[in-house]
Amino acid sequence: MSSLHIEDVGKSFDDLEVLRDLRLSVEPGEFAAVIGPSGSGKSTLFNLVSGLDRPTSGRVLVEGEPASVASGKVAYMPQKDLLFPWRTVLDNTALGLEAQGVRKKEARARADALFADFGLDGFQQAYPSQLSGGMRQRAALLRTVVLERPVLLLDEPFGALDSLTRTEMQLWLAGMWQRHRWTVVLVTHDIREAVLLADTVHVLSRRPATVVRRVEVPLARPRGADDFTAPGFTATEQIVLEALRGPTAVRTP
Amino acid sequence: MRSLLRSLWPPLLVLAVVLGGWQLYVTTAGVDPTTLPSPARVVEQGWVNRADLWAQTLPTLQETLLGFTLSFAAAWLVAVLLDFSAAARRGLYPLLVASQTIPIVAVAPLLIIWFGFGLLPKMLVVTLTTFFPLAANLAAGFAATDREAMRLLRSLGAGRWRAFRLVRVPSAMPYFFAGLRVSITYAVVGAVFAEYAGAEAGLGIYMQAQKSAFRTDLVFAAVAVTAALSIALFGATFLLQRLVLPWERRAGK
Repeated sequence: MSSLHIEDVGKSFDDLEVLRDLRLSVEPGEFAAVIGPSGSGKSTLFNLVSGLDRPTSGRVLVEGEPASVASGKVAYMPQKDLLFPWRTVLDNTALGLEAQGVRKKEARARADALFADFGLDGFQQAYPSQLSGGMRQRAALLRTVVLERPVLLLDEPFGALDSLTRTEMQLWLAGMWQRHRWTVVLVTHDIREAVLLADTVHVLSRRPATVVRRVEVPLARPRGADDFTAPGFTATEQIVLEALRGPTAVRTP
Repeated sequence: MRSLLRSLWPPLLVLAVVLGGWQLYVTTAGVDPTTLPSPARVVEQGWVNRADLWAQTLPTLQETLLGFTLSFAAAWLVAVLLDFSAAARRGLYPLLVASQTIPIVAVAPLLIIWFGFGLLPKMLVVTLTTFFPLAANLAAGFAATDREAMRLLRSLGAGRWRAFRLVRVPSAMPYFFAGLRVSITYAVVGAVFAEYAGAEAGLGIYMQAQKSAFRTDLVFAAVAVTAALSIALFGATFLLQRLVLPWERRAGK
């Protein structure tokens, strides 16, 4: 059974058709990247997968069940880290569990157990404003991972970071994934990020969006900084870029 | 502490210049003290009558604090109601705004007709003058909660009440304190005004009595006490904020 199975999904808001006949499958333990031009309906897709919204047509199945907030199968990491300034880092990372109704003490203990693994040990009692951008994103990911839900949905998690920190975080995430083998759906518009991290890259068209191309990344695991310059890497980037630009793109000689 | 001193000396300097000018004018021009007493005389006579002044301050302080407590409770109740119910927002909010156009001058004597010369009408005047800034700021604070944060909480399965408690209340705190500072400065003036309209004891009735006895100096002394009370309460809001919002201090480092 697929972790995520999106079957001929369409979504319209009044007259605006955002998604059309979108098909996408993610297997357990797969790292899938969804990439598309801005305004192509990535966040609409996100809301459907996390169960915050329903498709107009077609089905979104998470582990065989229609996606819904109540089923608690998808953990969502938003674009902004959304760490709350009034909570310590530990309390922020425990927030997801608390929101689910886990008692505060237990939520803290479960989050605390992951701090070392996420390179945040010693910062439990700090406030988010005392953390660097990269650390904030790691804390936000910890808050998501600690929920132990079958599918992780990451919405441009490193979009707001400077490019050096972003690269570091991408390499860090590649290493973390290697050890934990989460099932991940990463939405991004960074081709390099998609190719470095993902097993499959799903390229969306312009609105109404559909998957125009599914690219398998041929790079071996584990991946690291060396992969950026591997021939397979640039070739895959090229394929994704061509698919993104589409047949109507202006060719530059 | 040092920053407090740094921000205090400019207004104190201005105050000293104004008082000095006043003193100089009164002594050199030989103004009759029943028309305009010198600051020195106000201080001296205030000190002589300190027992009396203190006895009159206590009822005013009591009215202020009780009225403000009532206002505080009512503001929370109404702001929460406004936040939870769109119907309440549509039906109640315009009326709350409109209620601010009713002159307290007209209402205060009516309250005395209805509730007598005791504590209750004064409390109600204080409540009426301080309720709106408190409730309006609190409601605005709830409404200004980050929408992404609410979406995150919803995707985690948090119900409305839990999301309210975990995110909306803490994120409204800066607004709440802004409202608190505005309204607390009205509180003492509200109590004094209510006493003016009719009371057995208090700074308001004391001012009226001293005015009738041509003791302008003691009127000024009572005014100074009123101002000191307001400033003390205003300062107390900062202390409270430090206690309730400890992260603001830590974040500054």
